[in-house]
Amino acid sequence: MDNLNLLLDGFATVVSPGNLLYALIGVLVGTAVGVLPGIGPAMTVALLLPLTYGLSPTGAFIMFAGIYYGGMYGGSTTSILLNTPGESSSVVTAIEGNKMARSGRAAQALATAAIGSFVAGLIGTVLLVVLAPFVVTFALSLGAPAYFALMVLSFVAVTAVLGTSRVRGFASLGIGLAIGLIGLDSVTGQQRLTFGIPLLADGVDVVVLVVGIFAVGEALWVAAHLRRRAAEVVPVGRPWMGRDDWGRSWRPWLRGTALGFPFGALPAGGAEIPTFLSYVTEKRLARRPEEFGHGAIEGVAGPEAANNASAAGSLVPMLSLGLPVNATAAVMLAAFTQYGIQPGPLLFEREPQLVWALIASLFVGNLLLLVLNLPLAPLWAMLLRIPRPSLYAGILFFASMGAYAVNAQSLDLVILLVLGLLGFAMRRYGLPVLPLVIGVILGPRAERQMRLTFQLSDGAVGGLWSEPVAVGVYVLVAGILAWPLARWAMRRRRVAPTAEPVGAGRS
Amino acid sequence: MSRLARRLEGRSELGVALLLLVLGAVVLIDAARIGTGFTQRGPVGPKAVPVVVGGLLVLCAVLLAREVLAGRRGEAEGGEDVDRGHRADWRTVLLLVAAFAADIALIEPAGWVISGTVLFWGSTYALGSRHHVRDLAVAVALSLVTFYTFAIGLGINLPAGILQGIL
Repeated sequence: MDNLNLLLDGFATVVSPGNLLYALIGVLVGTAVGVLPGIGPAMTVALLLPLTYGLSPTGAFIMFAGIYYGGMYGGSTTSILLNTPGESSSVVTAIEGNKMARSGRAAQALATAAIGSFVAGLIGTVLLVVLAPFVVTFALSLGAPAYFALMVLSFVAVTAVLGTSRVRGFASLGIGLAIGLIGLDSVTGQQRLTFGIPLLADGVDVVVLVVGIFAVGEALWVAAHLRRRAAEVVPVGRPWMGRDDWGRSWRPWLRGTALGFPFGALPAGGAEIPTFLSYVTEKRLARRPEEFGHGAIEGVAGPEAANNASAAGSLVPMLSLGLPVNATAAVMLAAFTQYGIQPGPLLFEREPQLVWALIASLFVGNLLLLVLNLPLAPLWAMLLRIPRPSLYAGILFFASMGAYAVNAQSLDLVILLVLGLLGFAMRRYGLPVLPLVIGVILGPRAERQMRLTFQLSDGAVGGLWSEPVAVGVYVLVAGILAWPLARWAMRRRRVAPTAEPVGAGRS
Repeated sequence: MSRLARRLEGRSELGVALLLLVLGAVVLIDAARIGTGFTQRGPVGPKAVPVVVGGLLVLCAVLLAREVLAGRRGEAEGGEDVDRGHRADWRTVLLLVAAFAADIALIEPAGWVISGTVLFWGSTYALGSRHHVRDLAVAVALSLVTFYTFAIGLGINLPAGILQGIL
């Protein structure tokens, strides 16, 4: 019950007028920027970082909570109203959502997305409250070897599970780890990869990195392939749902939440897999499966809930272990380090007020989103008509402002441009950007834990697996790495004897 | 499309492999330069991780080159405003980079209001907008509003430059 008291204290902090205003601004601006086409949740948080620079950590975190949920929600509006495929986490919502919108049911699609997001966000945040303290207790019992193993798992999971090409994933991870090396060695203070430039001794600032890779890289990439004619926007009135829509939506919301949360909490979970699974599940369970492909409301309700629940789920490892599992969490982590705050188990001990205020503001932000977004939907739809030159010019403008404001160094802008060009090249050649970002953020910390491990074991390699948790994690890592090999072997064995039908594909 | 063009298209990804190779080499050379002596504390020094990372990059370079030569190319990313149907518009990208470079050159001597205006207006021009006057007005307004809210209102580092005293 101790945690409940802390949570109530958190609510007391958030409900003060000043902090409530921060939450409101966060939700509004987060949704508005998230709605803009071409801007995903990660870029939303990255671009809005400067807004919080002048605030106290508590105020900043409260605003972040609003921006985080707002940005997530904004993306689904875009994918329903805009007649094009969008970013990966809302692709599935777009399948049925856009069909609904074009057949005149945009209001219902937006309503089921908004209410489903609220339900999933609420349940997800409750689960976060329940689970995080357990994970923290568990995490506090871990030593350096187990931490290092968990970080290796994060690297391997984001690299090998997501994306289509492992080589490209590992290449991206390698680039990220190399960028993470820039600066002074944390143990001996020797310079690495600084090329004699004094300003590089502090390393590449994580904010500059995420803004460069997500905002500048994306803007340049879109600029090179900008649609000649902007995509068509479906007009919409105020979202509402009839009785029948409620009846068809509530089960998918709950099932979507159940799928989304655990996937969000796993390393490399992300929203892609659970939203897709939710879509398939709803299609199979629907009373009228023939409606799928022509705008079935279940196909919006389920994936949207899964998307938001996974956003809440990803906060569990981020806050309690300090491990970001998706791009948005990585940007949030970058924002925290900006305040000299290191997410991880110790955060709950050292800064309980801050953590619980953040969690309380997730509840508040979630409620504000529901209240605001139903009436404001027509306004958001107008944002989709913004002329594309102004939109992408604005992204570069705010990216440059945010990156300069970090250290007031024009060198940071040079780094920003270089990273932007790198992000452009990576998008062009199908290198995933997430492993790079995770590599930069976790690389230096993994190195510290690894060296600590060897100090403890006095140089013996066995020190790496001197904890049972570490052993378990390495088995998992080996499993992930060996999976394609195993599948290949199985397929060979099955095909070889007879031509019997192979099972219904991989799950 | 002619066969030559298709082969060139496929080959450009080898540039990525080359980049990885160069990056790996830089990391390895830099690691070799790090002296390990009395400063080293613990069994693993500051060299170990750079060597591993450099090795990983070189390995990826080789494997990627093999993939590309075998005809397995990376898939370009999609998006709401992305039309992968037409070829990359290099003129736009170069103009955007130029606008950004102007921003970098101007931000400290001339100040954020001027460099931001140049960046925004230059970018809209690069992206094909032909409403020059309207874009300029938006650029000036945006720069002024951000300067006042962020630099003066929130106390964030944005230089006033030559307009110091006027703003």
